[in-house]
Amino acid sequence: MQWETVIGLEIHVQLATQSKIFSGASTAYGAEPNTQACAVDLGLPGVLPVLNKEAVKMAAMFGFAVDATVAERSVFARKNYFYPDSPKGYQISQFELPIVEHGKLEIVLNNGECKTIGITRAHLEEDAGKSLHEEFPDSTGIDLNRCGTPLIEIVSEPDMRSAEEAVAYMKKIHSIVRYLGISDGNMQEGSFRCDANVSMRPKGQKEFGTRTETKNLNSFRFVERAINHEIERQIDVLEDGGEVVQETRLYDANKDETRSMRSKEEANDYRYFPDPDLLPVVINSEELEAIKKELPELPAAKNARFKQSYELNDYDAENLVMDKDTADYFENIVNVGNVKAKLAANWVLGELTAALNQHDIEIMNSPVSAKMMSELLIRIEDNTLSNKIAKEVFHAMWAGEGSVDEIIEAKGLKQITDSSEIEALVDQVIADNPEQVEQYKSGKDKVFGFFVGQVMKLSKGKANPQQVNELLKAKLQ
Amino acid sequence: MYDLSVSQLAEGLRNGDFSSVELTQHCVERMQKFSDLNAFITELGERAILQAQNADKLIKEKNHGPLTGVPIATKDIFCMYGVKTSCGSKMLDSFIAPYDATVTHKLDQAGCVTLGRTNMDEFAMGSSNETSYYGPVKNPWNKDYVPGGSSGGSAAAVAARIAPLATGTDTGGSIRQPAALCGITGLKPTYGRVSRYGMIAYASSLDQGGPFGASAEDCAYLLQAMAGFDEKDSTSLDKAVPDYTQSLNDSIKGKVIGIPEEYFSEGLGVGVKEIIQTAITWYEQQGCEIKSISLPNTDLAIPAYYVIAPAECSSNLSRYDGVRFGYRCDDPKDMRDLYDRSRSEAFGDEVKRRIMIGTYALSAGYYDAYYLKAQQIRHLISDDFKKAFEQVDVILGPTTPEPAFKIGEKTNDPVTMYLSDIYTISINLAGLPAISIPCGQQGGLPVGMQLIGNYFAEETLLNFAHQYQLDTDWHQQIPPGFNE
Repeated sequence: MQWETVIGLEIHVQLATQSKIFSGASTAYGAEPNTQACAVDLGLPGVLPVLNKEAVKMAAMFGFAVDATVAERSVFARKNYFYPDSPKGYQISQFELPIVEHGKLEIVLNNGECKTIGITRAHLEEDAGKSLHEEFPDSTGIDLNRCGTPLIEIVSEPDMRSAEEAVAYMKKIHSIVRYLGISDGNMQEGSFRCDANVSMRPKGQKEFGTRTETKNLNSFRFVERAINHEIERQIDVLEDGGEVVQETRLYDANKDETRSMRSKEEANDYRYFPDPDLLPVVINSEELEAIKKELPELPAAKNARFKQSYELNDYDAENLVMDKDTADYFENIVNVGNVKAKLAANWVLGELTAALNQHDIEIMNSPVSAKMMSELLIRIEDNTLSNKIAKEVFHAMWAGEGSVDEIIEAKGLKQITDSSEIEALVDQVIADNPEQVEQYKSGKDKVFGFFVGQVMKLSKGKANPQQVNELLKAKLQ
Repeated sequence: MYDLSVSQLAEGLRNGDFSSVELTQHCVERMQKFSDLNAFITELGERAILQAQNADKLIKEKNHGPLTGVPIATKDIFCMYGVKTSCGSKMLDSFIAPYDATVTHKLDQAGCVTLGRTNMDEFAMGSSNETSYYGPVKNPWNKDYVPGGSSGGSAAAVAARIAPLATGTDTGGSIRQPAALCGITGLKPTYGRVSRYGMIAYASSLDQGGPFGASAEDCAYLLQAMAGFDEKDSTSLDKAVPDYTQSLNDSIKGKVIGIPEEYFSEGLGVGVKEIIQTAITWYEQQGCEIKSISLPNTDLAIPAYYVIAPAECSSNLSRYDGVRFGYRCDDPKDMRDLYDRSRSEAFGDEVKRRIMIGTYALSAGYYDAYYLKAQQIRHLISDDFKKAFEQVDVILGPTTPEPAFKIGEKTNDPVTMYLSDIYTISINLAGLPAISIPCGQQGGLPVGMQLIGNYFAEETLLNFAHQYQLDTDWHQQIPPGFNE
């Protein structure tokens, strides 16, 4: 049988507010356990939540960025469940009336196809604390620092049909929240994480199959692997004549498998009801308009602008705008040094990206800054460096050996552009290779490349290739 | 000194007739002498003397307000830094609050001297003060009788003239009902008038703190200190607080008093009915217009309340899980066992009953039938009052159907117990202010009348109550054995 995969994602994004969503405690990551949890975060008797307006604004920004409806009135509700890292015994979330509804997002797949993914809703809620098991044999430690960190939970429609689509969608959401500056998107620290709902159905069937929910996937790679694993597992179950059980599953990255956490029967009844401690969140239309006006340029608009102003192709534009820092880096090179856009794009997406990936470094921490990169590219454009030598200089700069000009100077890498110097090299090569000269003169054009190679070799790569070409052509005539 | 009004106390302190230390000592002695009432969970005598010394200094420096140096008893539901705040529960018997409630802070600022922390029904759930982990409070008028609840300790302390003032909280009648049963004055302000921050939650959308005193005038002074917007409470209202003593002497002539027929139907004791009629006649004689009105949804108030309040409490009390503070069972074998036993061992029956009712009412499949329906009733009840206040200035009726009942009389019959709040509960559902003032006695037990006002009409209520008290002395009656 031919199976079709149906995927919906729930993405949790921590908002980059200074303080928590309902208290004044700091949201900074990595502090000593329980040093950033105030009376409200601890759920002490008598404390009350007070809404952080910044979080509301950020959620609204997200809504506008995905063409959604941002509600003028949304309501916080209590989601009741007992867990040690949930100090109040309920999580303040939004249920019936979320702040964001009916959005959509276009994703570009590897084959260049575009697809629109629906966004059902995005609601505001507070993050829970953390239970620490490793450090405490026979007991559980509880760190409530994360408690009350603002989150938006973004729920997609079940519109994705493969792990590739799911990852493309997740990357796009990641890109948007980074563009908006509403989250640091740091996946290792849990600022951006995802639950994947996966089900299978025979191709052509309209009804959905039974779904499973795989929890807490905190990297693009894990999402891809967990979904693919789940697809295989479900197909195996179905083809063996079994039935998929509706359940919550956990992805184990070490074993690369998903396993059951709890079934539907064991699922909590969260007993949602409107939180009587908080008034409905009301944003009037003027406030919404003001938020809309403050929105920065988003990937789609940037993509269009890059193609228009810099005459970049689809591939370059799409890849440059995916990450805002990359796009900014690119624009800095082009604008600072008046460097040709295509050359800059090639270097950013080529040599720089490769080096960043190899060393697992974020572009904002790149040892070769945009300014250094533009200085390097200027030396290519003014013929001081050939493309090949420029790569050598780039790696020297990466290793901290100095500025472009210092490295060129120190290593004697300056391109030879003095015609008489090149002429001498050309003459020598012609004199040393009479046989090849004969061949060329008898019409074997291919040998021309041999001469170029020989001259470059003799100059240790420093001769300006264009001049070499021209001189060779003239001398061999 | 125990029979002086707040303004007389303030004057005495100001004139140097007595110091706050002397006054406080006097009150502390009475607190100890009448400890058999069980009105206090924690006595703070020594701390009070220190506070009084400080107050005397402020008075000497002429840096004082009307309440500087005046002793007060506070309900054990308002968190007080460094002091046990038990909420009447075994669950919080070990809980020393690490912060001050806004009300606690405000009373501190006003210079009040806290004598002690008053007994109450566990987590404010009860109408007789019998659900307290610390045992029942006795009614000073007759120690075999309940003082009402949940703020029973506060009402008894004021009735026994241990403290001239006390704080209470009112979710379904917890200030007005004990005020009525103990023969004192108690006011439940408009929802949002007094900050709930640091006031341990029972039912968040209904809870409201307020004052107890012998008279409306005394209550005006205390309300003045308690009321006001608080940015830490999102449900508190950013509305200026008027001077509550200013309007006490306004004329009530020509004002319209609504008498809701539903408050005088079956269920109201004959004796209480007669006493309330006498009070109505008094107002009529003052030139008020008496108008019969209808609050047609009154009979739905108790069922709606007993869905909404338990629903909220089931969630509010989830934080008592034995993990971070409060009671923890011995040797839990796992997390589930920790929750189960900590909560089973430390909550009393009434609290458990309401948590179960509330959990049920919010459950999937029942939410619409119970919680949502109850919220709809709440709107209907509010509308009833809204219509009434288009025609009248205040609404007058009994606070309770009967005077105090005997300790133990209703403990096995929760529904009958719940019915003792029949006239008070709908006011909480609507969020309105109401005051209970003593207006007679039946068989040696006080009877209270309730005046209900429109939103933020505390001034009107205090004015109506004060005018009545200028001409009557029910509020000056001191229980036998305590007037010495």
